[in-house]
Amino acid sequence: MNAPGLTDALRATAHRDLLAALRHRADLLTTLIFFAIVASLFPLGVGSDTALLRVMGPGVVWVAALLASMLALARLFASDYADGTLEQLALAPHSLTLLVLAKIAAHWLATGLPLVVIAPLLGLQFDLSADAQLVLLASLLLGTPTLSLIGAVGAALTLGVRGGGALLSLLVLPLYVPVLIFGAGAVEATAAGLGAAAHLSLLGALLLVALVFAPWATAVSVRIAVE
Amino acid sequence: MLAITQLECVRGERRLFSDLSFTAAPHTLLEVRGPNGSGKTSLLRNLCGLLPPAAGAIRWCGTDIHALGEDYRAQLAYLGHSSGVKDELTAAENLRLSARAGGLPAAAAAIDDALETLGIREFRHLPCKALSQGQRRRVALARLALSAARPLWVLDEPFTALDTAALAVVRQLVEAHLNRGGIVVLTTHQEVAIAARATQRVELAR
Repeated sequence: MNAPGLTDALRATAHRDLLAALRHRADLLTTLIFFAIVASLFPLGVGSDTALLRVMGPGVVWVAALLASMLALARLFASDYADGTLEQLALAPHSLTLLVLAKIAAHWLATGLPLVVIAPLLGLQFDLSADAQLVLLASLLLGTPTLSLIGAVGAALTLGVRGGGALLSLLVLPLYVPVLIFGAGAVEATAAGLGAAAHLSLLGALLLVALVFAPWATAVSVRIAVE
Repeated sequence: MLAITQLECVRGERRLFSDLSFTAAPHTLLEVRGPNGSGKTSLLRNLCGLLPPAAGAIRWCGTDIHALGEDYRAQLAYLGHSSGVKDELTAAENLRLSARAGGLPAAAAAIDDALETLGIREFRHLPCKALSQGQRRRVALARLALSAARPLWVLDEPFTALDTAALAVVRQLVEAHLNRGGIVVLTTHQEVAIAARATQRVELAR
């Protein structure tokens, strides 16, 4: 197929998912509220020792973002799988890898980007400095797309599996570890007065690697799921 | 030209069919018959390339369909049991976006015509969850009205959940496609008289 046809197909795929997500605003809010609640439980639990909170802050916000993004994963393919849309996507005369990438991009826009946007508000609870807040924003901006990409592989692999949700977390959480380490590490390094450049570069590198491999692996898993 | 040679399909532990061979030239209607569980849907999914066959080959114009990949999928229109209609979207959005994602013509006029043909134009701005089973099926079938340029149609039970008016419309779409020189492979449990220059039957036994 020609390139304009492909671009249009990718845009239509992303558009369809965004439209469906916008009509299910409650689902999107659930993810955001979950993120806010998990990140707020820690200051309530450990008390108001500012020094302690400042040390914990980056890690807690990052873990909360990671769990919230995992919570949203189940919706990435499940409804498409149930209603036959995924089958039609697999039969489209375009590369399934790219179509899947369009779906992941739409999923990140609907569930990942809002997390990034409200993260500074949660950072306030941990008394993060302005610099640390900026780095937190940058690290989430680089890290959450990687989470969506890695998560998509897990979501596609667990399609049609009974109790897929629990299995999905077991599959995906270990793979999230590097992103968590470098993401929270970037903010901690800034807070300690070291530069965050190295951590952010590594996050960028993870994103690039995930961009190359995850859509392909997801497409292969989708093909197996629609057999 | 679709050619199937010594096709075998195994699902789980069961062999559904084996040593199945047939060819379908342009203008041919291929009816797949058989009781429930005889492998009709599996055969159709084999033909689409969704399900790789256990043995045997499926060729389109002489080349194996799995080697053709995207080029084969550009020749194909498939309608399965699940309709690929999203509840949250309206009928028009469903048809337009799935046509664009699937590489079918999606100009506003073409979408309107397709919805009109299937008799659902007046509901086009309703979310599909507000439509009845038959109406949702019509939204899915409206893709066929956009698929004139796809030579091979593979339809799994296209007549289920349809009333007599819609059934006649789908029959006409199929007949028009056969007249254009298309190939239609379909399964049905209903007796629907479809006029075709050549009709072939594939009987699957359990």
